[in-house]
Amino acid sequence: MENKTTRNLYTIPYVIWIAFFVIAPILLVLYYSFQDIDGSFSLTNYRNFFTPIYLEMTLSSFWYAFLITLITLLFAYPTAYLLTKLKHKQLWLLLIIVPSWINLLLKAYAFLGIFGTYGMANKVLEAIGIGSKDILFTDFSFVFVSVYIFIPFMILPIFNALDKLNPTYLDAANDLGASRWTTFRRIVFPLTIDGVKAGCQITFIPALSLFMLTRLIAGSQVITLGTAIEQQFLVTQNWGMGSTIAVFLIIFMFIIMFATGTKRRKARG
Amino acid sequence: MDKRLSPLSRIFLIVMFALLYLPIFYLIFYSFNSGGNMYDFESFTFDWYKELFQDTRLLIIVLNTIVIALLSALISTIIGVLGAMMIYKIRSGRTKNALLSLNNILIVSPDVIIGASFLILFTIAGIQLGFYSVLLSHIAFSIPIVVLMVLPKLSEMSPSLLDAARDLGASRWKVITKVVIPYITPGIFAGFFMALTYSLDDFAVTFFVTGNGFTTLSVEIYSLARQGISLSINALSTIIFLVTMLIVVIYHLITRRGRKSPDLEVLK
Repeated sequence: MENKTTRNLYTIPYVIWIAFFVIAPILLVLYYSFQDIDGSFSLTNYRNFFTPIYLEMTLSSFWYAFLITLITLLFAYPTAYLLTKLKHKQLWLLLIIVPSWINLLLKAYAFLGIFGTYGMANKVLEAIGIGSKDILFTDFSFVFVSVYIFIPFMILPIFNALDKLNPTYLDAANDLGASRWTTFRRIVFPLTIDGVKAGCQITFIPALSLFMLTRLIAGSQVITLGTAIEQQFLVTQNWGMGSTIAVFLIIFMFIIMFATGTKRRKARG
Repeated sequence: MDKRLSPLSRIFLIVMFALLYLPIFYLIFYSFNSGGNMYDFESFTFDWYKELFQDTRLLIIVLNTIVIALLSALISTIIGVLGAMMIYKIRSGRTKNALLSLNNILIVSPDVIIGASFLILFTIAGIQLGFYSVLLSHIAFSIPIVVLMVLPKLSEMSPSLLDAARDLGASRWKVITKVVIPYITPGIFAGFFMALTYSLDDFAVTFFVTGNGFTTLSVEIYSLARQGISLSINALSTIIFLVTMLIVVIYHLITRRGRKSPDLEVLK
């Protein structure tokens, strides 16, 4: 019996953490989503969410997240693939990861300089004869910087999946006369799909909820669900509406995780 | 398989690496620009670094950030290790999975939701926004990552090790301090460093739960960057870059000692 009490004793902090910082916050968000701006129970927020303004915002948020994920994948897959062919591949992988350790804000800030009116990007554009453009505060700069930020997180799981791939499969395909493209389409890609899914998940969910990037880089050209939540909580002070958007974001998050998460536990173990 | 890359692949990789490092070196390069902007490099100067070290307000913010990071990493490591031990002990697969799912919620949740829900929580609990609310939230979002770093080490441990210790008459406490803890030390260190970097890196959650009187570096950089370019930020980021590199190297030296080099996977 004494064993049991000592066991309970050391589990207390962790259990308290789960109760107060995992379960309680979710319940509170749910509770607040049913409160209108005066603090009384109502479904107003949910009704508001289904008005064109919010639906359009949700749609555009999804569109940008989709675009960002797709472009990230298009660059990350070949990079990961080529990395696995290098001699000191673990070292090169580490070098891909290093930029992701630098504070997000600083990287975003760097792009203020690069994309600025007289910045490097415009100097290059002028040098090759296209001429200076307004790059900063457009949706292009938003997508570019987001892709930049997510690319290491996409490369990592794909690299791990490719690295585990048994090379004899490729030899077999080769012996049986498959072209390189067929081998990729029928063997390599299906066998690394879990890595791709994990990468997309790591990219798509945060891309839905980025809010500092939209403010810093996109001006007010792009509004994501994250921007809307931040706006409702910290500017408009309408916690109810903010919570309602948060509830939908959580629902979307679960749908995405369900859709992409078949064997994810192993991949992230 | 051919180990040689085609020239085209080589160029592609070089461009990717160049792009990844460009913003970082761009910042560092212009931190030495006497011109005061990120466009025209006039001449080399240390002025921005001098300005940085004379800015007491900023130095206090840096200090705040470090104190929060160290404290939250320490406390979350302790709670996380206890949590991992608890999950490890559970025999029922269903309970274990349920607990692990709860554990992972804060890892997969978008920062905005963590920030907003913690803001509600602290307001209702009557905790004033400031140092303690930031510290508590950093502890809260670091705990699950510590658990994930420690748990694999625990399951690697052979149960016969524990049986042997008990057979030799070790008390429960002795088993934990003399056998379990030393065995999982690499996991504990990895968890601690992860928590440290999470805390140093966090912007979104802190932005929600910080009051008027208290800021961390990320939040401060955000408000400075919104006002435009100032090369003291560049100087600051150069220093942060160097410190980050230092932490990464230390982290790797420590985890390398614990066999292989694990857990690049559990990055975010």
